[in-house]
Amino acid sequence: MSLHITDLRVYYRTLAGDVKALDGVTFEIADGEIMGLAGESGCGKTTLGNSLVLLDGRMKHVGGTVMLDGIPLPIADFDAMRHFRYRDISIIPQYAMSALNPIRKIGKMVGELLESRGVRYGEIRPELERRLELVGLGLDVLQRYPIELSGGMKQRMVMVVSTLLDPSLLIADEITSALDVSSQKAVAQALQSFRDQKFVRSMIVVTHDVSILYQIADTLAVMYAGKLAEKAPTDVMMQRAKHPYTRMLIASLPEVGVRYAEHKLTGIAGTPPSLLNPPTGCRFRDRCPLAIEQCAEEPPFVEVEPGHSVACWRVDEVAAPKDSAA
Amino acid sequence: MLTLDRVSKVYKVGAFGGTELRAVRDVSFTIAPGEVVSLIGESGSGKSTIGKMILRLIGINGGTITLGDTNVATLKGAAVRDYYREVQGVFQDPFSSCNPIFKVEHIFSLVRGVYFHSLSATEWRTKVAEALGAVALEPGQVLHKYPHQLSGGQLQRLLVARALLLDTKILVADEIISMLDASTRIDVLNLLGELKSRGLGILFITHDLSLGNYISEKTVILRRGRVVEMGETSKVFGNPTHPYTRMLIASVPQLNRRWGDESITDPGPCRVHAASPSGSAGTALLVEVEPGHSVACFRVDEGLPC
Repeated sequence: MSLHITDLRVYYRTLAGDVKALDGVTFEIADGEIMGLAGESGCGKTTLGNSLVLLDGRMKHVGGTVMLDGIPLPIADFDAMRHFRYRDISIIPQYAMSALNPIRKIGKMVGELLESRGVRYGEIRPELERRLELVGLGLDVLQRYPIELSGGMKQRMVMVVSTLLDPSLLIADEITSALDVSSQKAVAQALQSFRDQKFVRSMIVVTHDVSILYQIADTLAVMYAGKLAEKAPTDVMMQRAKHPYTRMLIASLPEVGVRYAEHKLTGIAGTPPSLLNPPTGCRFRDRCPLAIEQCAEEPPFVEVEPGHSVACWRVDEVAAPKDSAA
Repeated sequence: MLTLDRVSKVYKVGAFGGTELRAVRDVSFTIAPGEVVSLIGESGSGKSTIGKMILRLIGINGGTITLGDTNVATLKGAAVRDYYREVQGVFQDPFSSCNPIFKVEHIFSLVRGVYFHSLSATEWRTKVAEALGAVALEPGQVLHKYPHQLSGGQLQRLLVARALLLDTKILVADEIISMLDASTRIDVLNLLGELKSRGLGILFITHDLSLGNYISEKTVILRRGRVVEMGETSKVFGNPTHPYTRMLIASVPQLNRRWGDESITDPGPCRVHAASPSGSAGTALLVEVEPGHSVACFRVDEGLPC
């Protein structure tokens, strides 16, 4: 088991109180698995990614454990984490476009970064060149400044840099959101090939775009208001999602090649609850068409079939979903 | 009816504006009342430039934009104000479109100051309530709030409501739902659909083909400032003819079909016909391939598949 997270709680400290951005998240990622993590903005998906790499000053680790390849990660200990960062666990940040130092040539920046980790640039250079080629970048990018690269090129450059030391776990946070459809596809497929070439063992891909995840992820996890709502293999999720939120989310996506003159898609009414004082019980209750009184109690995150877990009281009532290809 | 006739825009870039960047080249299309035209292109294709030219935020370097019989570029003084009465825009980031230190009420009253001096306070309140009602917002819930107290979806609908205060005939919607969550974006999209049925003409600028497909009657595909394919949405998406359009459609992530191995590199002028027939690096003209569907490809008339 590559990554094993148990009941992780990370809160943001604010003057108004603790914002419970991650409130009891439990899941596992197998070796070689790409897990897609989807959800609305403010549901805690970026916090989950960041907390595994770098807890900044505002974030407080309240409880839960993280095991990476059998070793507990001291995520609350900034200095102890230094040993794991970049080598064992690496991140492609949300704004990877601005993650490159604008006043350094890219090659020099990479060299400095590696040396700060005690790795000789010269030794790793052949591998770097091989990987640049793999993502379709010429070697001349190393002699250029970030401003000379397009958005998609920068994104791929950051991907190569982040994975240069073959981390066990890579977190890719919204890395395709700012790109055009064609560069989006190139970047997403490069991620997949990184896994296939074993540059990274497993991966968490965070995005709000479920359709990208369908293309590249092995399993999908959907977060809602600081908790996991559902986790399942991608195809299972598309065919028979159980959580009402997941189903409404998937149903609200327009697709190419479908005429919508007759039927209109519908969104999900209402807004996610504030995480400052989250409601007790199921947090989706207020927006859920199937809510019953029992939903005032916290639904457990239970496995309904192998690899498919849902946190919903009304799992059995959810009617057989319509064919996702319709 | 808003008509663009061979509109071009050249930006001066580089030191002292020494280099010319042709952002938009000879673009012609029309927006009729009650019609959504989606303008689809990748970054740098000039789609936002076209929106800005229609809104007179930047000048045009060639061609004409006309609203009915008036040439938009030559308007002056009070005529400009009358133009904005009919043509309004909504942009990508709703938070940066609002003054953060003004309450919503005040943001609306700025419109009153310019266009509705003569309206009494009661009449104005009714008007605002009507506009908010049209975008499914409750006046009591939003008017006393600051922009940061509203969600992105609410604020975006609010900005549409602000545009609707006037007798808007044409709405330029520049990537208005790119920043919204999947659960709320469809509501804003459906709102546009509703406005359309009330006779509003909408220019829906987007890079997301699935959204364009969902909402629009007419689709214009832009590439490097030039229209490569345009026509009725069902025809452009059902029978994409230009290789660039096909590449774009094949790259869209879908929920019922995984990506194939199609090439995702920009195919150039035309995958099969890399150069113009005469050998020079000319440009293909838009040719109608079927009623209501035009493609800019050199050999389209020879019936060769691109």
